[in-house]
Amino acid sequence: MADAVQTNAQPHADAHAHPSNLQHHFDTPAQQFDASKFGMWLFLSTEVLFFSGLFLFYTVVRRHHPDAFALGSTFLDWRLGAINTLVLIASSLTMALGVYFAQRSMQRALVFCLVLTLIGAFTFMGIKYIEYSHKIHEQIVWGKWFNPTRGHEAAEHENAAPHGEVASQQDAEAAEPASGSHEPQPAAASAAPAAAIQSQPTAASTDSAPASEPALPIEQSGIMMAGNGPSGLAAGEEVEEKGEEPELDTYALAKQRKDVHLFLGVYFCLTGLHGIHVLAGIVMIICLLIGAIKGRYNSDYYTPIDVGGLYWHLVDLVWIFLFPLLYLV
Amino acid sequence: MADQVQHGSDQPRVGHLVPWTTLLLTCFALMCLTVLTVYVAEYVDLGRFNIWLALIIATLKASLVCLYFMHLRYDRSFNAIVLIVAILTLMLFIGLALLDTNSYADELYRPDWDNFAPAITQQRDLAP
Amino acid sequence: MSTLDASAAALPAADLPAGDNYLTCDRGFKSWAFTLDHKRIGVMYLTGILIFFMIGGLFALLVRTSLPVPGVAGQAKGPITAELYNKFFTLHGAIMVFIVIIPGIPAALGNFVLPLMLGAKDVAFPRINLMSFYFWCAGVVLALTSLVLGGVDTGWTFYTPYSTTTNTAVIPVVAGAFMLGFSSIFTGLNFIVTIHKLRPPEMGWFKMPLLLWAIYSTGIVQILATPVLGIILLLLIVERAVGIGIFDPALGGDPVLFQHFFWFYSHPAVYIMILPAMGVMSELLTVFSRRHIFGYSFIAYSSVAIAVFGFLVWGHHLFVSGQSNLLNTIFSAITFSVAVPSAIKVFNWLATLYKGSINLKTPMIYALGFIWIFGIGGLTGLFLGTLATDVHLHDTYFVVAHFHFVMAGTIFTFFGAVHYWWPKIMGKMYNEALGRWGAMLSMIGFNITFLAQFWMGSLGMPRRYFHYDPFFQPYHVASTIGAYIMGFGFLLTMICLVHSLFRGKRAAANPWGGVTLEWRTASPPPHYNFDRTPPVTDPYDFNLVRYNADTDAYDFIPAEERVAVPAGHH
Repeated sequence: MADAVQTNAQPHADAHAHPSNLQHHFDTPAQQFDASKFGMWLFLSTEVLFFSGLFLFYTVVRRHHPDAFALGSTFLDWRLGAINTLVLIASSLTMALGVYFAQRSMQRALVFCLVLTLIGAFTFMGIKYIEYSHKIHEQIVWGKWFNPTRGHEAAEHENAAPHGEVASQQDAEAAEPASGSHEPQPAAASAAPAAAIQSQPTAASTDSAPASEPALPIEQSGIMMAGNGPSGLAAGEEVEEKGEEPELDTYALAKQRKDVHLFLGVYFCLTGLHGIHVLAGIVMIICLLIGAIKGRYNSDYYTPIDVGGLYWHLVDLVWIFLFPLLYLV
Repeated sequence: MADQVQHGSDQPRVGHLVPWTTLLLTCFALMCLTVLTVYVAEYVDLGRFNIWLALIIATLKASLVCLYFMHLRYDRSFNAIVLIVAILTLMLFIGLALLDTNSYADELYRPDWDNFAPAITQQRDLAP
Repeated sequence: MSTLDASAAALPAADLPAGDNYLTCDRGFKSWAFTLDHKRIGVMYLTGILIFFMIGGLFALLVRTSLPVPGVAGQAKGPITAELYNKFFTLHGAIMVFIVIIPGIPAALGNFVLPLMLGAKDVAFPRINLMSFYFWCAGVVLALTSLVLGGVDTGWTFYTPYSTTTNTAVIPVVAGAFMLGFSSIFTGLNFIVTIHKLRPPEMGWFKMPLLLWAIYSTGIVQILATPVLGIILLLLIVERAVGIGIFDPALGGDPVLFQHFFWFYSHPAVYIMILPAMGVMSELLTVFSRRHIFGYSFIAYSSVAIAVFGFLVWGHHLFVSGQSNLLNTIFSAITFSVAVPSAIKVFNWLATLYKGSINLKTPMIYALGFIWIFGIGGLTGLFLGTLATDVHLHDTYFVVAHFHFVMAGTIFTFFGAVHYWWPKIMGKMYNEALGRWGAMLSMIGFNITFLAQFWMGSLGMPRRYFHYDPFFQPYHVASTIGAYIMGFGFLLTMICLVHSLFRGKRAAANPWGGVTLEWRTASPPPHYNFDRTPPVTDPYDFNLVRYNADTDAYDFIPAEERVAVPAGHH
């Protein structure tokens, strides 16, 4: 916190009676140190409760939509999640080592550790960015914008029509058979662009139950150009998708259900809030790094490093729970 | 800028020094447990209880982080009490709210819930 | 406490310009805007909170003014439409709850008094204290933004699905409440650490003034409950902005979930409001009856008990929202038990007053009024906690009257505390006659306003209604008249306080004869709080002071003159 990061060095003639870095309202450095750590632990407990609401959201959604939850989770790549977990654990280690070196007045080692922690943090955010951009590109997002579209189709889609405004039933029809093989709809597909803008329910009998009509406007997109619809097989994309579960096309399945987007809502809220905390942690570590380079921290006074470390460990703690809960469903 | 106080740098003036070997060991244990988590998720099938197993492993990892990285093992016990109270409050909140949603889950989340929901929306539209 | 002496040695009192205190030691906007002095931060909070109390009260008067005429459904009443009425009561509630009463006593008075009562030089984290004030300002700015953008009409409780679908400026006010939540968290955090770490060695937990026990318990609630408010407001904003579907049944969500989230904070929040007020009560009643507090331990433990129990009852706000029978029963049972610690306090206070030498100064009038007001408020809560009667009373004016009675307990105690510590904070005495008139008029007006509401609520008058059955008109008229009397009373109080700044008599160090440590320093205190370390004593031993007729104030009896107090006095 601001208090912990900015030190309050007051020049005093007698260093023993009133050590520098001791604020005027504290009696001893030990009292100040204890108070700072206690204050940080109180703040960490508020963070725990801050996330608690999202964990309740998670629990309710998972409890009441278990299948949609499991299906939504397949859109996450557990390997990226695992790498991120290991990255954060490593950065926690370097942070704890930073505290160790500060306690031993080993300034260069401290700076080195803080830099490593920062690298870990940026790596984490980088991987997060990759995950998010992939999902956003493929419209695997929350609420009514949930419309999983494989990469190449998404690219076409972005060129063809405004994002999120398309409502067409072609994709629903194409996605119908759970086996994943698309029924050829070349005629319908070629008529797509103009009709795509309107939320026109086609009279096709393969349409899902009429109750799915917008009173709940869940758009179905996917203007499949003739060459890209059924020829997805030829493009080889589906083979890749089918690598995990040969029988199921998760993209298609997800579009059949109305509640898979809830998982994505939970995912983006939890990882988003966590990501904001990582960003705040990055800012904090940079401040500590600047102070460390200036030689402010040593065995007499390393409180900001210690309390900053506590915050960073909390960020790691939250992710330790998020990883299995989101990625390993 | 604070002056560097020159005295033996083996022990800090305040607080306690956790040996770097301990920290390394903890990190290693955490990484192993992460691997275990993934392994369990892939290859161990307990049905509904998989999530509990994952949570138990996660709690173990969290305890290691708290005790060693965050120095709780060596700290005043009051800091640990603060954390534990927060966790208990969290469990109270989630537990009771879940107890409640469970009780009417059958009505709200019926298998044909997407037929159920539009009726509510349409009723709302009728109101002035 | 060596550092106190050290700094006192640096600035011996004799060298100070006469009258140099925390208000005059530094001048200019920046010396206030960037101050780290807890006393200045407290004064800024106090000013802001009093101003917004009047603004919130203005909205209340607008609400009451909309209601003496029943009106015809679908038609406006003069310039006031139903939509405008919705905005009036929403803004009244949101401003009063989030901007005034939750920060209330802890921020406006606790900031000032807490370190002084501990004999300390500041709170544990002065910079976080200032940050807390900045958050409060940010919350206020956002709320005003919402006002400028047309206001909100959801009710201060922001229930879904209306709050996620209405067209009014919900997001700014919700974001403002989010900021105010963080202000509250950091204040609580600061106070908890201060009480733990900055107590003098001689002041054990059971030698603290009871106000500190109250503030400590409040801090616990602020730390544990407010983050949940933060997350629910964030989720509400996200739901409105991007539509995740957590509260929307059409997308698979559950609107009642919002209520669980919201009340998990908002019920403990009412204990954030009342606990400091109860702490102040212990201070006021003892000083103005010259009696040691009766049952110190009971009052101390009951503060913590209220804080803990307060977390276990939030479901009583969801009795008719479709909550399961099991949970209804659990919450109803625990709600009954939460009344017990409060009752323990009230009986201990009454025992304190027994055979006391009552001094009816303005703070005492407020304190005595609290016993009546909170008594009624608390007892009517039991009707609402009973499942069968709540079905009838929920969403009627009975609920409105109940919570106004308990919250008025806080507000009137707040004003009692303001008058009590005013000499210490400002160095001026207020005019006693004006103060008493303000107190009595506002309390009489309050009772008229809300007793009428109990009556019509039990007869079935629903709350938040703009048009109503003409049967209820007499009650509404009475309630509105009471509201104007109350408003006038509060106006008098404000005039009294402002007037004292210009014409008030200079205050002595200890005008009321309190024994807690803040009365051992000058009024107003110097920047560093104490010239010399104050000795720690029993905070309610009134043998330590004697009245000085020349100054119309009290002096601390020097140790060598003090007569030994027989054991078992209290």
